[in-house]
Amino acid sequence: MMNYLLPLKELTLARFREQLRQPEVLFWVFAFPLLLAVALGLAFRNRPPDVIHVAVESGPRAEALVADLKAAGGFAASVLSPEVASEELRTGQVALVVVPGDSLVYRYDPTRSESRLARIATDDALQQALGRRNPRATADHIVTERGARYIDFLIPGLLGLNLMSTGMWGLGYAVVDARRRKLMKRLLASPMRRSQYLLSFIAARLVILAPEVIVLLGFAALAFGVPVRGSILSLAVVVVLGAMCFAGLGLLTASRAQTVEAVSGLMNLVMLPMWVLSGVFFSSAKFPAAMQPFIRVLPLTALNDALRGIMLQGASLASLAAPIGICVVWGSVSFAVALRTFRWI
Amino acid sequence: MTPVPSASSASAAPSASAATSAHHTDSASSAASAPPAIRCRALTKRYKDVLAVDGLDLDVPSGECFGLLGPNGAGKTTTVEMIEGLVAPDSGTVEILGLHWGRDAIALRERLGVALQETRLAERLKVIEVIRLFRSFYRAGHDPEEILDLVELREKRDTWVDKLSGGQKQRLAIACALVGNPDVLFLDEPTTGLDPQSRRALWDVVEEFKSRGGTVVLTTHYMEEAERLCERVAVMDHGRIIALGSPRELIASLGADHVVEFALGSGAEPLPEAELVALPGVESARRDGPRYTLTVTEPHRAIPALMGELERHGGEMTELLTHHATLEDLFLSLTGRHLRDT
Repeated sequence: MMNYLLPLKELTLARFREQLRQPEVLFWVFAFPLLLAVALGLAFRNRPPDVIHVAVESGPRAEALVADLKAAGGFAASVLSPEVASEELRTGQVALVVVPGDSLVYRYDPTRSESRLARIATDDALQQALGRRNPRATADHIVTERGARYIDFLIPGLLGLNLMSTGMWGLGYAVVDARRRKLMKRLLASPMRRSQYLLSFIAARLVILAPEVIVLLGFAALAFGVPVRGSILSLAVVVVLGAMCFAGLGLLTASRAQTVEAVSGLMNLVMLPMWVLSGVFFSSAKFPAAMQPFIRVLPLTALNDALRGIMLQGASLASLAAPIGICVVWGSVSFAVALRTFRWI
Repeated sequence: MTPVPSASSASAAPSASAATSAHHTDSASSAASAPPAIRCRALTKRYKDVLAVDGLDLDVPSGECFGLLGPNGAGKTTTVEMIEGLVAPDSGTVEILGLHWGRDAIALRERLGVALQETRLAERLKVIEVIRLFRSFYRAGHDPEEILDLVELREKRDTWVDKLSGGQKQRLAIACALVGNPDVLFLDEPTTGLDPQSRRALWDVVEEFKSRGGTVVLTTHYMEEAERLCERVAVMDHGRIIALGSPRELIASLGADHVVEFALGSGAEPLPEAELVALPGVESARRDGPRYTLTVTEPHRAIPALMGELERHGGEMTELLTHHATLEDLFLSLTGRHLRDT
C-alpha cells in the first residue's frame, strides 16, 4: 500500500507545486472569477427603478405635458422638435415619443419591451394628470429579497463555470504539455504505474478545489450577501462531483492531442456551448423549448442547477438526484473512455 | 536504501564476469549462468513506409558500455526505445537481464535507468524535487541528496529546472536515471548540443556508473564519446548494424592508422584516385569535389610522395591535414557519408 501511495503523493505534490509556481494559473483559478463577480455584480446591482425616457414633440401644450410627467415622478421628459425626437427614438435614447394634440399620439416600437412599458406608464400618468378617476384604490408593496437578486443567481453559475474551466484546463493542458515534452514517456520508463499518474491529477485537483470554492463563495457572502441556504456538506458533495466530472471531461479532451494548440481548440469546442447554454449568466429557460432536453443534459447545466438548488433554495441532495446523476454519468463515462483512448507516448 | 559506493570500489572492467562480481548482489545476475544484460533477435520496426530498424540482432554482456553510433535517422533511438519497452517492435524479441517486457514489465522497470533524448522535465520544480519524485517510483535506490553530489548539482539543489543550463539539465536527467540504482543505464544522445566541458562532466558520471559494474547502452553521433566510453560499438545506418567491435578493432579494420586530407585549388585537374593509391604508404583514396581523403599507414612516406605527385600533376594545394583514424573515418569509408550533417 505504501509502495503505491508514496509515488502518488510525490506526483500530486509535484503537480500542486507546479500550479502554485505559475502566476497565470493562480490568476485564472482565483482572481478571474472574483473579477467577473465584481464586474457583473456592479453592472447588475439593485438600482432604483429605471427612469423612463420620453420625448414630447414641440406643439401646443407640450410644456404642460412635460410638467405633468415630471410631477408624476419616474420620468425624464423633454420637448424636442419632431426630427430630433424621431432620431432619439430610433437610437434608443428615448423609449417613447408623445405627439401632443386633442388626442395624444404615442410613437414607439412595440417589440422593445421598455417602449411598451413606457407607453403604459406614460399614458397612465398623463390620464391621471388630466383628471381620470380610478374605480378602485391600489397600493404598492416593494420587495427586494436576498436570494432573489441577479447576483444571487450569478454566483452559483460562476462557481459552476469556474469548476468547469479549472477542471478542464488544469487537466487538459498539463496532460498535453507532459506528452509534448516527453515527460510522460520518461515517467513511463520508470516503474511508476499509469493509474498513479492519472490519480495524481485528480488528487491535485481536489487539493486546489477547497480554496478555490471558499474564496469565491466567501467573497460573494461578504461583498454581496449571497446566501448558502442548504447544508455545507451537500454543497461540498456537489462541488467535488462537479470538479470530478469536468476532470474526466478534461482528461477525455486531452486523451489524444499532441499539441497545446490542438487541445485548446478541442477545449473551446467543448466548453463554449456550455458558457452560453448552461445558465451561467442568464437562465437557460430563455432558450426555445425544443432545445431544452439537450440543454438539460449538459454537465454544466446540471451542475449549475444543483448548486443553485442548494445555495438559493436550500434543497437536499435527494431532491437534486437528477442533476447529480447527470454529472456522475458524464464524469464516469468520460473517465472510462479517456482511459481506453489515452495516448501515453 | 543502498548507499552510493565510491568510485574506488571496482575498477572499470570490460569483461562480463568481472562486472557481475563487482557490483550486483541480486541473485539473478550473480548466478553462474548470468544472462546477458541485453539480447535482441531480429528486431524490426516500420513507421509507415520507412523501415526504421531492420532485423537487428544485439548482445550486450553485463557490465559492458555499448555504443550505438550512427547519423540522425539511422534507427538508434527506435532501437533503444524498443529495448526500453517504450516502443513495441513489429517483430523480433527483446530480453533484458533474462526478463521479457510482456511478462516482467514492472520488475524490469525497477532495474533500468533511462535518459531519453531531449526530455524536458517539469520546468517549475526544483532539482531536488525532481530527483525525489523519480526516487519515489523505485522500491530501492539511492538517497536523492547523494545523487545530487554524484552528478555535481549540489549548488543547484533548490534551483528551478528551467533555470539550469543545457549540461545541468542533462546531468539532472541522468540523476533521475540513476536514482533507482539501475543495473542497466540507457543514455540516448546524452551530450548532444553540450559544450566540451559539460560533455566531459557527463562522461565522468557515466564512467563512475561503469566502475561500479553497471551496464550502459549509449547512442551518440560523437565518435570521440564512443571511443572514450564504450568497450564495443555498433555502427548503424538505415536500421542495420554495418560494423560491430571495439573502437580499436573498428578503426584497425580501415587497414591504416592515419588519415591525410587535402584540397586542391580551383581550376586544378582532378587527381585520379588510382594514382593516389599507388603512392607508398597509402591504403585507400577518396575524392569529394576538390577534397581528397587518404587512409595511410606511414604518413612520413606518404606525404612526401604526395607532394612529388602534386609537383608533376601541377595543382596548387590549399589545405593539408593529418590525424589518427577515428570512427568518423570508418563511417565515411563504409557509407561514403559523414556521421553528422547527413
